[in-house]
Amino acid sequence: MKATILHIVAACIAAALAILLLPHVLELFALINATVFVSLSVLALSLGLIWGFGGILCFGQTTFFGLGAYTYAVAAINFGDTTWAVPLALAVPTLMAAALGYLMFFGRISDVYMGVITLTVTLILFAFVNSTAGDQWTIGSAALGGFNGIPGTPPLNWPGDPDTTLEPAQIFIVAVICLVVCYAIAKLTLLTRFGRVAVAIRENELRAELLGYDVRLHKLGLFALGGWMAGLAGILFANCVFVSPTLFSLSYAGQVIIWVLVGGLGTLVGPIVGCILMQALTRYAGTLSNLDPNLVLGCVLMVVVLAVPRGLLPTLGTLLPWRRQ
Amino acid sequence: LDYAIVVALQIASGIATLLIVSLGLAVVFGMMRVINLAHGEFLMLGGYAAVLSYAHGANVWVSILLVPPIVVGIVGAIVERLLIRNLYGRMIDTMLATWGLSLSLIGAVSMTLGNSVNGFSAPLGSFEIGRFHFAFYGLFLVAAAATLSLGTWATLRYTNIGLLARGTMQNREMASALGVSPHRVYAITFTVGAALSGLAGGLIAPLSGVVPTMGTAFIAKAFITVITGGAAMLTGTLTASVLLGGVWTIATFLSTPVFGEVALLLVAIVLLRLLPRGITGRFLRRAL
Repeated sequence: MKATILHIVAACIAAALAILLLPHVLELFALINATVFVSLSVLALSLGLIWGFGGILCFGQTTFFGLGAYTYAVAAINFGDTTWAVPLALAVPTLMAAALGYLMFFGRISDVYMGVITLTVTLILFAFVNSTAGDQWTIGSAALGGFNGIPGTPPLNWPGDPDTTLEPAQIFIVAVICLVVCYAIAKLTLLTRFGRVAVAIRENELRAELLGYDVRLHKLGLFALGGWMAGLAGILFANCVFVSPTLFSLSYAGQVIIWVLVGGLGTLVGPIVGCILMQALTRYAGTLSNLDPNLVLGCVLMVVVLAVPRGLLPTLGTLLPWRRQ
Repeated sequence: LDYAIVVALQIASGIATLLIVSLGLAVVFGMMRVINLAHGEFLMLGGYAAVLSYAHGANVWVSILLVPPIVVGIVGAIVERLLIRNLYGRMIDTMLATWGLSLSLIGAVSMTLGNSVNGFSAPLGSFEIGRFHFAFYGLFLVAAAATLSLGTWATLRYTNIGLLARGTMQNREMASALGVSPHRVYAITFTVGAALSGLAGGLIAPLSGVVPTMGTAFIAKAFITVITGGAAMLTGTLTASVLLGGVWTIATFLSTPVFGEVALLLVAIVLLRLLPRGITGRFLRRAL
């Protein structure tokens, strides 16, 4: 309890520093990039929560990420105001996660099959959204635009005031606050009875079930929470980059897993650190013209699995002198 | 009537494609419980092996049937030695490592061979049924699928190697105690599985064209098929291919290819909700 509050306070301080310093230090382009990093960190955090603490390996966390972004874009264009687009864009991925989770957990599908099914769902959505070019694919006044996505996604505005849209610097601040809130929600969830049962299920599913806990329901709840968080990440992402089918693509789906794994499975800060590190590495690899970023990512993933299977943060943690005993 | 015949032929070749694409994965997963996420990229390498050898003047049958399995089999043997062998029994880690392999293969191939679509036209030409044309190659795929599954079945059922492989699959410790080296059996199985994937890549290359990212188009379908099939790898893959391939082709006919895929996935998910252990988890349990 005490440690949790300490961690949350530390996260708040770090966020306050980022909010106060970065918008003054960084140029506009770098600031928008930083917002992208933060939104992807929320996505990584969502997977870190359900995989690291619920033991649910979701290979298609991007399903909810992409759905959040698309719902937000379509709703914002139709309403002309983002006040109600945001709750809608949070509800759709949550419901999707609940429906998918119902089929998987109540069907008692094992881990590995679950990974494959979630991956397939995001790939199918990728194929589907890619094929929605042309005039017959519109929702209200928003054209889905197929491969090109929806350029010109409206940025957030003050609730109830469509004319006051947020500046990039303000969106950065909103994103950082969202990240800290998500972190706090995840931390506090793990303190509750629900969170403790979820961790117990990760440790030993059969034992938890024999002790009388409804495994299916707890997994479903955690999965829906993860879907909600990923949807939020999608909204933030849609605010700094436009919405396109690549949100559902295999490369994003793969990257999320890599971030969590590199940072450290079973921690909440790990996925965020892994996300920022790997994003920076990918950006750097992208500037090397003769090297394909996929190759770099793939090699990193193989090396991490073979050499540091527990991830960077836990491995570093065991190296610290005061953790040695 | 002509139309009905053509549709039936299409469905048959759809099922055959699904079976061919899934077989290599089914062998590796069924025998070793290793989920090879680089399966799609093995297909892709097979496709490139076929296209490149054809472009360098090899006979079309040699470049479809002979070169891809050999090339990808060798790749598979190397991958097993360097990657898979270190991770036996760690299913999730194997999945992640093969995913890494998949990404790096896509990256490496797009760097060396470029992102453009390569391909060659299917041999054998076509025949006419009334107003419709149908390629002989579709029939050839059906024949190839039948031959491949029969061959795999016969190998597992009647040969000494098949017996050893099945024994190791059922009880690794016991096989080891009886003097069979599980490592060698696994290495051979993985190589054979990779060679089958390579052959599949060669077979579908004339139909689909070859790009570095072509694996992703097939991997989802192949996985769903194998998983829906369940524990008995050959019977399961066969029945699942027939069912899902049928749904896929019919839905494609009625609407668009994308909806064909969506229908395939939906049927598979609902099926897994009803039969969580796959088709052969409930029916035909004792089959191979």
